[in-house]
Amino acid sequence: MTRRVVITGAGVYSCIGRNLDEVRDSLYAGQSGIGVDEERAAYGYRSPLTGIVERPQLKGLLDRRLRICLAEEGEYAYVATLEALKTAGIDMDYLEKNEMGIFYGNDSSAKAVIEANNIARQKKDTTLIGSGAIFQSMNSTVTMNLSTIFKLRGINMTVSAACASGSHAIGLGYFFIRQGLQDLVLCGGAQETNLYSMGSFDALSAFSVRTGEPAKASRPFDADRDGLVPSGGAASLILEDYGHAVKRGATVFAEVAGYGFSSNGMQISQPSDSGCIAAIDRALKDAGIRAAAVDYVNAHATSTPQGDRVEAIALGRIFGGLQTPVSSTKSMTGHECWMAGASEIIYSVLMMQNGFIAPNINFETPDEYSAGLHIVSRTVEKEINVILSNSFGFGGTNSALIIKKLRN
Amino acid sequence: MTREKIEEIVKNFLIEEIEVAEDAIKPDAVLKDELGIDSLDYVDIVVIVERNFGFKIKAEEMSEVQTLRQFCDYIESKVNNQ
Repeated sequence: MTRRVVITGAGVYSCIGRNLDEVRDSLYAGQSGIGVDEERAAYGYRSPLTGIVERPQLKGLLDRRLRICLAEEGEYAYVATLEALKTAGIDMDYLEKNEMGIFYGNDSSAKAVIEANNIARQKKDTTLIGSGAIFQSMNSTVTMNLSTIFKLRGINMTVSAACASGSHAIGLGYFFIRQGLQDLVLCGGAQETNLYSMGSFDALSAFSVRTGEPAKASRPFDADRDGLVPSGGAASLILEDYGHAVKRGATVFAEVAGYGFSSNGMQISQPSDSGCIAAIDRALKDAGIRAAAVDYVNAHATSTPQGDRVEAIALGRIFGGLQTPVSSTKSMTGHECWMAGASEIIYSVLMMQNGFIAPNINFETPDEYSAGLHIVSRTVEKEINVILSNSFGFGGTNSALIIKKLRN
Repeated sequence: MTREKIEEIVKNFLIEEIEVAEDAIKPDAVLKDELGIDSLDYVDIVVIVERNFGFKIKAEEMSEVQTLRQFCDYIESKVNNQ
């Protein structure tokens, strides 16, 4: 018998809130977390816009050895994981006696790499770099640190899949639990926001330059969009076998009901409507539902002209005529990149729990593709039972997740 | 540099940067067993000593160093022979 997989814990640290309650309130209010980073302008960025994420203070929470191995995105992931474990009713004593795995999305850790090499260049001596840099520099920095801090003893690896990393991490955790390989997996995604993290992405002129109105810069599906706004933070979820959760007396947030994936096999930065459709179709099939059963689509839409157009075409083909509500929470958060696929599951679950659809703010003028979709531009009170969340990334990686309200 | 100054700098960085408990810092404390300084901490101590005293610790010169007093002796000899 196939095992069911549920979400029994969640934690988030983002530019629209440092915990679930703050984020829920921001989502409901349609609050933007975007601002101008003057340091980026001085550094030579074409766009100084970014999600403004406050660095957590970990001194006193973690000892020095654990702290100095954590890169910025690892700090966010640690704080989000504390909240996820707390909501799951899991403490260190439980983790020492029970096995938990980890799949976490992350695809860069720029600051430690650059700072370490600056020291080597200046001193001509790598032994003056210090001990923390290597553990901060690797793409797997988040999983290697969280597994050390929380004494995890199950599957342990980072998922690097560009802007779909967090979504694939959840998909893989779901597969591992469904197959009976793990009972508990910490899944999530983390994204750095430091000065060095986004320069090469900015080089593509993919970022909005609407600097005079930061809160209006991210406008997915709107005809006047001019690019995405990078952002970051971290989102953690505890995925668990349903029977295991019941036995433990855990509170269930929602069920992970389907995961779909595909690869475009095209040019490196080019999105594909057929690639999106393949991933969504696979997720719907995996969940055993038809498109009409979906109550809400949390779109990937990042506010780039090409990406939003392609997703609108894909959604039009799948949901055409159904009037399924669609919004991109990136309109408020900006594009949380490696983190986005995980944070957007949490945003969607918060909507499901609280009976509302968060708005796609700044959607004022449809273009010819988005005009056919039911894009929600103001907060709507609505019962949501089934969610589709899309994530697409460079290299043509696509991921789609179906989340359902738990029905016994 | 005086011995007192060296001891003050060492004590400060052990407390502030390596986060050794202040009450554990005694002249005859064994660096590894009593102050809990492990191999990764040594990597950082090399960096801190270079920054504070202007010389680079060589592993082979540290082979006899076990206690805090011996560590300060080593620093004193290096600083005063520069």
